[in-house]
Amino acid sequence: MREVYFYGTCLVDLFFPDAGMAGIQLLQKAGVKVIFPEGQTCCGQPAFNCGYWEEARDVARTQVALFPRDLPVILPSGSCAGMMKVHYPELFHGQPDEAEVRAFSTRVFELTQFLVDVLDVKLTDLGEPVKVTWHSSCHAVRDLGLNGEPQALIDQLSNVERVPLTREHECCGFGGTFSVRQPEISGAMACDKAADAEATGASVVLSTDGGCLLNVHGTLEAKHSPLRVQHIAEFLWERTHAR
Amino acid sequence: MHAETDIHFRDAAAKALLDPQLRANFRRAMDGLIAKRRAQFPDPGDLQDLRHLSTAIRSRSLLNLPDLLEQFETNCTKNGIQVHWAETCEQANELILAILRSKGAKTLVKGKSMVSEEMHLNAFLESKGIEALESDLGEYIIQLDGETPSHIIMPAIHKNKDQIARQFSQKIKDAKYTEDVDELTAMARRVLRQKFLDADAGLSGVNFAVAETGTLCLVENEGNGRMSTHVPPLHIAVMGLEKVVATLEDVAPLYAILTRSATGQAVSTYFNLITGPRGEGEMDGPQEVHLVILDNGRSRMYADPQLRATLRCIRCGACMNHCPVYTRVGGHAYEAIYPGPIGKILTPQMEGVGARHDLIHGSSLCGACAEVCPVEIPIPEILVRLRREATHEDAGSNVVGRGTGRTATEDWAWRIWAGVLKRPIVYRLASWFATRFGRALPAGAPLIKNWTQTRSKPVPARRSLAERVRAEGVPHV
Amino acid sequence: MSEPRPASDSRSAILGRLRACGESGPLPSLDTAVLQRRQWPATERVARLRKGMEAVHTEFLDATPDTWPAVVRAFCDREGLKNLLFGPTSAAGRALLASWAPGGTQLMPYDRPVEAFKQELFTGVDAGFTGTVGGVAETGGLLLMPGPAEPRLMSLVPPIHLALLRASTIQDSFWSAVKNLGWGRSLPPNALLISGPSKTADIEQTLAYGVHGPKRLIVVLVDDLN
Repeated sequence: MREVYFYGTCLVDLFFPDAGMAGIQLLQKAGVKVIFPEGQTCCGQPAFNCGYWEEARDVARTQVALFPRDLPVILPSGSCAGMMKVHYPELFHGQPDEAEVRAFSTRVFELTQFLVDVLDVKLTDLGEPVKVTWHSSCHAVRDLGLNGEPQALIDQLSNVERVPLTREHECCGFGGTFSVRQPEISGAMACDKAADAEATGASVVLSTDGGCLLNVHGTLEAKHSPLRVQHIAEFLWERTHAR
Repeated sequence: MHAETDIHFRDAAAKALLDPQLRANFRRAMDGLIAKRRAQFPDPGDLQDLRHLSTAIRSRSLLNLPDLLEQFETNCTKNGIQVHWAETCEQANELILAILRSKGAKTLVKGKSMVSEEMHLNAFLESKGIEALESDLGEYIIQLDGETPSHIIMPAIHKNKDQIARQFSQKIKDAKYTEDVDELTAMARRVLRQKFLDADAGLSGVNFAVAETGTLCLVENEGNGRMSTHVPPLHIAVMGLEKVVATLEDVAPLYAILTRSATGQAVSTYFNLITGPRGEGEMDGPQEVHLVILDNGRSRMYADPQLRATLRCIRCGACMNHCPVYTRVGGHAYEAIYPGPIGKILTPQMEGVGARHDLIHGSSLCGACAEVCPVEIPIPEILVRLRREATHEDAGSNVVGRGTGRTATEDWAWRIWAGVLKRPIVYRLASWFATRFGRALPAGAPLIKNWTQTRSKPVPARRSLAERVRAEGVPHV
Repeated sequence: MSEPRPASDSRSAILGRLRACGESGPLPSLDTAVLQRRQWPATERVARLRKGMEAVHTEFLDATPDTWPAVVRAFCDREGLKNLLFGPTSAAGRALLASWAPGGTQLMPYDRPVEAFKQELFTGVDAGFTGTVGGVAETGGLLLMPGPAEPRLMSLVPPIHLALLRASTIQDSFWSAVKNLGWGRSLPPNALLISGPSKTADIEQTLAYGVHGPKRLIVVLVDDLN
């Protein structure tokens, strides 16, 4: 039986645990044994992006150590997967454990990437007809190189109509500390994203990243919009498992 | 100091965000430019090939920079172009003043040059009694109002037709009020052609400098660049020292990707190759051509293997056209010569990373800039590097103002952050508290207050994923 | 504020700093396949050039090796031009002069240094006529090498620019033109590419033609392919 590690990420751990559980269940349903190592905290991205690399490395090191076996590491986040896959090698450049970290980085996958590119899952839609829209996270696409995998999964669902955003690839304005360091610009971007999503007529905005979800959800909620946001893992699981 | 400067860009941006007209002007203009660029690259494979080639050409040129500069200088001199070197903007200004004075020149017409903006040349010359008149239509428009460019390619992009119509009717002699773009353009033509005719000297920038032939390449649509460089008896060109490439063959793909990336044009109206002053038997062209090569911090960027990529820039402006921040706040909010993503990495390297800490953090690191950059400058990566430089003093770094953006508050915040996250047991405790009591945090708490300006308060789940996993029996080693 | 250093010191200081960065590493190789792919047969080159230039408001007059002077003349008469500036010592200029019937549009030779007639050039000339040394099919564009026989300002200052282009001289791309014309090795004091009349989009992104340079560009296209 195929085995994988699951890395929840801090935002999913604290704000979207249902998405984390759904990700694990989607993998299990595809016949994969999921291991969730204890001791998970954060990939270290916030400190890395702010230039505090010693602090980021301290945290990253403890995380890499949780995944000793040569198994894929699956994350329900494009941004954190991008950090571990693309930026860890930069962060550990010239460090004594660089080789070990590089080897770890090659094993990192974002969840939908793994479901589509490796497992080639086929989904059967059990849900009611619904209209959704997809927000692609910048880091998932530009750092990690996600190439339509989430959309392909959504499109497998026969009762789901996916309406694209006018600016699918424009940043929602989250940007980690950017959202509180530059709240006015970040807020303006988030408001535009929310308006774009509302204009699609969809009832749910889906994404693969906790940061974007938190940002778009908070913005929609502040304007009392009926539009919901949901992590793609949770959405896929809800629609494909028999209750 | 850091806190003060952080507020700087935030304030200017916040003010710009409140101007719906400005936001609409920029959004419309950027949408147009994005669509036009996309139409120029119908084949993604061709685009990537052309980008890789352009990147390789710029990288090669930089690797050979000192040799190419010397070869370029030798060939320019052979062609009759007089070459001058300036380490600082101040020196460059003095050099130009001296050249103008040696010819008794009182009036200077200018083609578009961002390096001359960098030097604040116009103000300097005015203070010395020499008229420096911008002749690019966009530059002319903003000079009439004493403004600076809000975009490196389209300097007056922040203004709409009505504003320009009002301005022309007030500031141009015998001008009537009209919002007709052709009529407005005709007014500027009338004024400026007389200026070209009368000017004692012309000034231009340089898009590419060719070492092998000693040639200055100028890209333009209006013809004011040709007017400024061919009509007056004296032509002075200014360029950053990074502009040189080995051969004219190298220039061809750079030129092809420049106009397509910048304005979505397959080709500009004019591509002007200047290889000397008026030659033997020629009836026109300037009697003298001078070139000022400016450093102004570039040799310092050059010394750093990662930051050197900044110098690959060919000033197309595609990064700003695609930037979600620039699109919303416009160019002036940056309070810098070069706005947008390239400005965010260039300005702090010139003015100091501590002093412009605001700009370095004015990015969500979305990467739209790097995605379209024709010479693949990794702008987000360099931003992260400069964020580090602003708060650290790493051995071997030569970045201006390194470490001066550091504050005890931020240091402590990251120390505590790491202290919690590198100890799973502490994190477990913290997440227990967050899930139980996080919702009770007031919306006005520090940082949360910034978040809740436009958003509802983030509310943690009642049980963390780790707790759920333990409770629901996922194998957890 | 300190006195600026003499320029020669600046030169050695700058080059010294650049050289201090050490030996240049291995040079990245250049894959020019994307440029080499831009190739078309001769008739398609003509069509592409025309399409590209017409898209930016260039006008075309069709001619043959024998008829082109008459085509130029007919255009001048039709437009009621008072005069046409030309280079009397260029091959095209000589051919034009030889065929020019008296009356109507005056042929005006550019045979003095510009200082002698700058004012007239700016205010009293209706059109300028130049040859070209080639064209660019990929994007549309004319290649000019001004010089003693065809001064620089002929193609810039008069409101109309007529340019003679022989179809056989149209190159695939600017890159291939640089190679085939030998521009990469040596250049005259001025050479240029022109793709259309002068234009600007500086006011609200609205295109306006004839901002500083010619308001119209007329290409006299000579079909010499057979």
